[in-house]
Amino acid sequence: MSILKAVITAAAPDQKQLPLQSLVDQQGKTKTALQLIADEAVAAGVEEIAVIICPGEQENYLKAAGEHASRLTFIAQDNPRGYGDALLRAQRFVGDDRFLHLVSDHVYLSQHPRGYAGQLIDIANAENCAVSTVQPTRENLLPFFGTVGATRIANRKKLYEIKCVMEKPTPTQAEQYLIVAGLRASHYLCLSGMHILPPTIMTLLEKEMQTAKPDSNLALSPALEELAKSERYLATEVDGGRYNIGVQYGLLKAQVALALSGKDRDEILTELLNLVAESKPTARHTPSSGA
Amino acid sequence: MKLDANQTNSITDKTNSKHWRSNRLVNVIETSDDALRNQSLDKLVQGLKVEELLVDCAALDQLWRTADNLYTQVRALFFLSAIHRYHLPKKFNRTQSTTGKIPFDSYRQLLERRFIEAIDSLLHAQSQNGPSDGISSALAQAYHELGFQRLADQVRKSVRTVRGNQWMFRTGHPDDHPLRFRPELIARDQVSPSFPILSETTAVRMDFSHSGWSDIFFLGMDFPAGAKVINASINLGVVDRDEQPRPPIECYLRVIDRPVLRLVSVDLKSTAEIQAISEVFDFAADYLGLLKAAVIASGIVPAGMDGCGEPIQPLLERLVGPGLGIEIVSKVNDIPKGSRLAVSTNLLGSLISLCMRATGQVSALAGKLTEPDRRIIAARAILGEWIGGSGGGWQDSGGVWPGIKLIEGAEATESDPEWEISRGRLLPRHSIFGLDEISQETRKKLQESLVLVHGGMAQNVGPILEMVTEKYLLRSAEEWQARIEAIELLEEIKTALLAGDIRAVGKATHRNFHGPLQKIIPWCTNLFTNTLIKKCQTTFGEQFWGFWMLGGMAGGGMGFIFDPAVKKEAQKWLKDTLQSTKKEFESRLPFAMEPVVYDFEINDQGTFGTLTPAANAQMPYEYYALLVPEWLKLEPRDLSALSRFEMETLGAEYRAKADASKFRILVESILPERDSESEASESLADLLNRYGFDREQHEQIRADLKSGRYGLAQNRLPINTSIEDVSPTDVLDTCNAINQTHVDLGSDAIRNGRVAVVTLAAGVGSRWTEGAGVVKGLYPFHQFAGKHRSFLEVHLAKSKKIGREYDRHFPHVITTGYLTDQPIQQHLTKFSNYHYPGDVLISPGQYVGLRTIPMMRDLQFQWEEMPQQMLDEQQEKMRASQRSSLIAWARQTGEGLDYRDNSPLQCLHPVGHWYEIPNLIRNGTLKRLLDDHPQLETLLLHNVDTLGANVDPGLLGVHLESKNCLSFEVIARRLEDRGGGLARVNGQPRLLEGLSMPREEDEFKLSFYNSMTTWIDLDRLLHVFGLNRDDLDNTVKVDASIRQLSSRMPTYITIKDVKKRWGHGQEDIFPVSQFEKLWSDMSGLPEITANYFVVPLARGQQLKQQAQLDAWLRDGTAEYVNAICDWD
Repeated sequence: MSILKAVITAAAPDQKQLPLQSLVDQQGKTKTALQLIADEAVAAGVEEIAVIICPGEQENYLKAAGEHASRLTFIAQDNPRGYGDALLRAQRFVGDDRFLHLVSDHVYLSQHPRGYAGQLIDIANAENCAVSTVQPTRENLLPFFGTVGATRIANRKKLYEIKCVMEKPTPTQAEQYLIVAGLRASHYLCLSGMHILPPTIMTLLEKEMQTAKPDSNLALSPALEELAKSERYLATEVDGGRYNIGVQYGLLKAQVALALSGKDRDEILTELLNLVAESKPTARHTPSSGA
Repeated sequence: MKLDANQTNSITDKTNSKHWRSNRLVNVIETSDDALRNQSLDKLVQGLKVEELLVDCAALDQLWRTADNLYTQVRALFFLSAIHRYHLPKKFNRTQSTTGKIPFDSYRQLLERRFIEAIDSLLHAQSQNGPSDGISSALAQAYHELGFQRLADQVRKSVRTVRGNQWMFRTGHPDDHPLRFRPELIARDQVSPSFPILSETTAVRMDFSHSGWSDIFFLGMDFPAGAKVINASINLGVVDRDEQPRPPIECYLRVIDRPVLRLVSVDLKSTAEIQAISEVFDFAADYLGLLKAAVIASGIVPAGMDGCGEPIQPLLERLVGPGLGIEIVSKVNDIPKGSRLAVSTNLLGSLISLCMRATGQVSALAGKLTEPDRRIIAARAILGEWIGGSGGGWQDSGGVWPGIKLIEGAEATESDPEWEISRGRLLPRHSIFGLDEISQETRKKLQESLVLVHGGMAQNVGPILEMVTEKYLLRSAEEWQARIEAIELLEEIKTALLAGDIRAVGKATHRNFHGPLQKIIPWCTNLFTNTLIKKCQTTFGEQFWGFWMLGGMAGGGMGFIFDPAVKKEAQKWLKDTLQSTKKEFESRLPFAMEPVVYDFEINDQGTFGTLTPAANAQMPYEYYALLVPEWLKLEPRDLSALSRFEMETLGAEYRAKADASKFRILVESILPERDSESEASESLADLLNRYGFDREQHEQIRADLKSGRYGLAQNRLPINTSIEDVSPTDVLDTCNAINQTHVDLGSDAIRNGRVAVVTLAAGVGSRWTEGAGVVKGLYPFHQFAGKHRSFLEVHLAKSKKIGREYDRHFPHVITTGYLTDQPIQQHLTKFSNYHYPGDVLISPGQYVGLRTIPMMRDLQFQWEEMPQQMLDEQQEKMRASQRSSLIAWARQTGEGLDYRDNSPLQCLHPVGHWYEIPNLIRNGTLKRLLDDHPQLETLLLHNVDTLGANVDPGLLGVHLESKNCLSFEVIARRLEDRGGGLARVNGQPRLLEGLSMPREEDEFKLSFYNSMTTWIDLDRLLHVFGLNRDDLDNTVKVDASIRQLSSRMPTYITIKDVKKRWGHGQEDIFPVSQFEKLWSDMSGLPEITANYFVVPLARGQQLKQQAQLDAWLRDGTAEYVNAICDWD
């Protein structure tokens, strides 16, 4: 059964402006990050998109959605209780369908004809189970990501069966529970923010919500961990890259990546080289190691 | 039979082929059949000839070189070591026993821990020159050391490869640091600069039984089925001081508003603010080594950053945020060292748990821990112990777990890093007994029966652990049986605990101590402990249920189980008895502190974390007592906002509660205590006067020391001195039967009262107790005929035996020094000279020296120029760091100044055994001796630790017939016999001290080592002094003649390590300079006529350190000594 629904979470109060940022896409068109994310989903075959937002942001987002405005359903997350809670708000929207889940602070880029999300959906359809995209990541970046412990599926390139999921693990935990055979030393499979999830995830989140302390935040990872225990749940590395626009210089990196893979590649490359050639650190900002 | 070089080559060739695989010793090691595998080496090589033993050695040598399995390698190495140490020497013929020099290169390789090279070069020497006692002694040592090195390497490798530990070794730069502090700890108080405090309280562990030290890592890894421990986590309190027991270990951690890592040890009163990562790895710079090890092992500063050269600020920025730092505080509630309760391992565990909670590496920020958390903490504690250069057993972090538990070795499985390397895993399995198994009532009954004490003794348990490992691998029949018994006893203890029968527990621990433990290691007990047990039995009879040895050995922490009906009374009685018994033994055994009696209770929650919110966060008062005086020295503007705020808070608290007694500790820390130093220096002056300190000579030596005329380098003879080995005609080999005429001559002399014995007992034997300053002569070191006997008792028992034989009990003189005189006199009076029927005279020392702060150049010479034992990697780092602090200490305190900063007795030093005979003359002992025994002609002088020396009639006869002034006894040199020997110096045979060898390697040319035992022709010796018998009461002439001869004797400068004790059993070791003149230099005087007797090893061997005891017992020397004594 093909995947027609997507859920984008964009309700983190400190990140609500991110999807509204403008970037120039590979064709030279100026688009918001929200448009780019929706482009990715729609290109993969998605027809309806729910966006979980902070209350009062609907108008801004609607403006930023461009041609995708008609596909979007906005769900405001009042009394927010974390990432897991945000996703749970889409329970009614999802109904009994599997859905694509994306985060609003990531921009995806792939040379693959099916795009980033398309590859994921193809695998989910072929395997008929939940799948998350992962990226081998060095252990010093573990404090920033959810990470999975998994075993490689025989004869399948870059496809893994997830055994456990931990949110921002320490390397001590990672070494004990998250080592994946075949990865380079000190590298782990970190979630890269795109998932095909079954509707049961909502049940798991609901259960989590019931047992959580009042006022505590709900993370997604424990529900994913439960999912891995209760049904087949895969991880895959897809061709392409994801760019976190929520970190320092993230937007810049995403823009450069887009431009270097698009029609203005030569022009941007020339500009970048010029910038490099002409740039000079000012004395005040010279890194201490070079002083 | 002597094997020549060709024969040994053919042995090697033969075994180089594939035949070695079929060697039966190789089979015993490699088989998986336990019945074959558990055979003892002694039995396997019984009755073999030298050539057969060498064939076995060649096969075993092949085995360790080719085996991958740790156990195979190590057992082969220990078999080799034992064959060379115990079996070959007994089979060597006379030539083999007295020849065979150890190549200097091999010795140097051994010192540098290049063991394989050393073994190769020694085997080469063996194949070139044939086997010999000397080479075998070096091979035994090399195989032994390599065996332990392999074990230590494997423990390290395993602990590094435990999952969860590996990342720390590859994180090399702060930018790569993958940990972050939990946000709860960075949440600052809204109104003050305070941060929350995370604290951890941890119990210590008390082991019911360790099944014969089966918690040694290697035993657990090789014999997991036999590795079993039952231990309990306990809270402690000191009787009559603490209201109730509490977890003895407390640690605190918080974020602070300065970008430094501040480490504070409240109990050691030490604090440091670390600004560079390298300082974390400098363990000896202060007393904070354990905290630093915890910081590293917990991954806050990962081990991979050793040597990264970065400041700590960027690392802290990643962990806690810009401008912030971390503070870690440890506090052990007055549990002294040597408690045998694994305080330091549990403190390490507690600190690691705290740091891992803070960085989210274990699941819970506060509260109890889960089993996987405790396991990773235990693994990190092992890592921390390795990093800090200490070591413990695998049960030691038991205080991290709750309640009473069975800890067992676990078989390695395919997923373990130990798979195919060892049979068992490094980390054991813990099973906690539930209340349904060991009921609350049983736990209460245990508390009502057991009196837990610290006897006050300070001992090093390290040598015992090595002996256990070696014996385990050699499977000596009796010890192996004892190990099996110990495992059965553990089961008995378990059954008794499950049944709630504490009396049976007491019986079993008592039997464990008196049975298997002492069978495996006789040295785990001592006279102090045995006396206490006897007193308990006498006083309480049936109501004393048993003794309980804690940890590795008795004397420190111990348990006594009583009928609950008398426990209260027994506890009080034991407190007094411990003190009085300690007083009785304190000159004979090393005590570090006054004995203590504890209250205890079982801790049922294990290590426990508590998070105090920023608004109420406060450190313990002892912390402020340590820090506030430092803060007061600073201008308020230089204080951090947090420190200012804390002082204001303390001020407000003080004002609110005027009677707050806890502020007393704070006030006392600010107001200085009167220094008792002036009184101490007075008493030092008294001592110097009393013991014959020669201020003039001291000032001269000190001036010469400072000007560089004296010093370690100046001890040596000029480089152009010719040093050669003696020729066979220079010595008299007395090992083979001595001519009957000589025996008769000696027998007559004994019968006619023409001989006396002089035992040198002036020194304290600093190597024996590692500088603890007890009287070595009185040390009850071994049980002969069922009783602990001291060195002096052995000497008198030997004299008694010969006296009985010849019906003439000759006089026995014991020389004493300032440290030993009073205790020896009192002891001999108390024990009626051990019922020696002849005269026993004490010859008190007449000279004493005052130690000085060493010259930096001497320290450097000692540590850099002289070959010395390299330690393993981590210990070597520790030592380098310690040495640089000691050099700084010497510089700051003032090189060459008098050393006064210690107890007065530790500031004095004996001036060398050359003075012993002059003392005898000056103090009138000789005159008394001659007045009472005018027929006396010969003295036998020997060291207190030369246990085999006696008035042998044959040797006496040879000496008498020679009519020479002195006859020195020498022995064939073994590896351990360092410090001089018999040499031809510029063509003249004489004894040469190691200190004066022009080159280190010269010593290795010499075949014979000086045993110090000397037969003295009294009249000829007096003549050398320029005296005769009639001059002995002419003090002026006596003094002048001694001074004159003394000036002709070389003065050696030496560096000695002295202990300075402080706190609760804490000790620091300082190197100090002293001078000495040595007896053997008499052989260099041209007017002295001397013989050199080659005597058997058993007669000439000296017991210098306790680590030698086991080999001494096993190689038959103890038996030899026993046979020449009369214990009746």
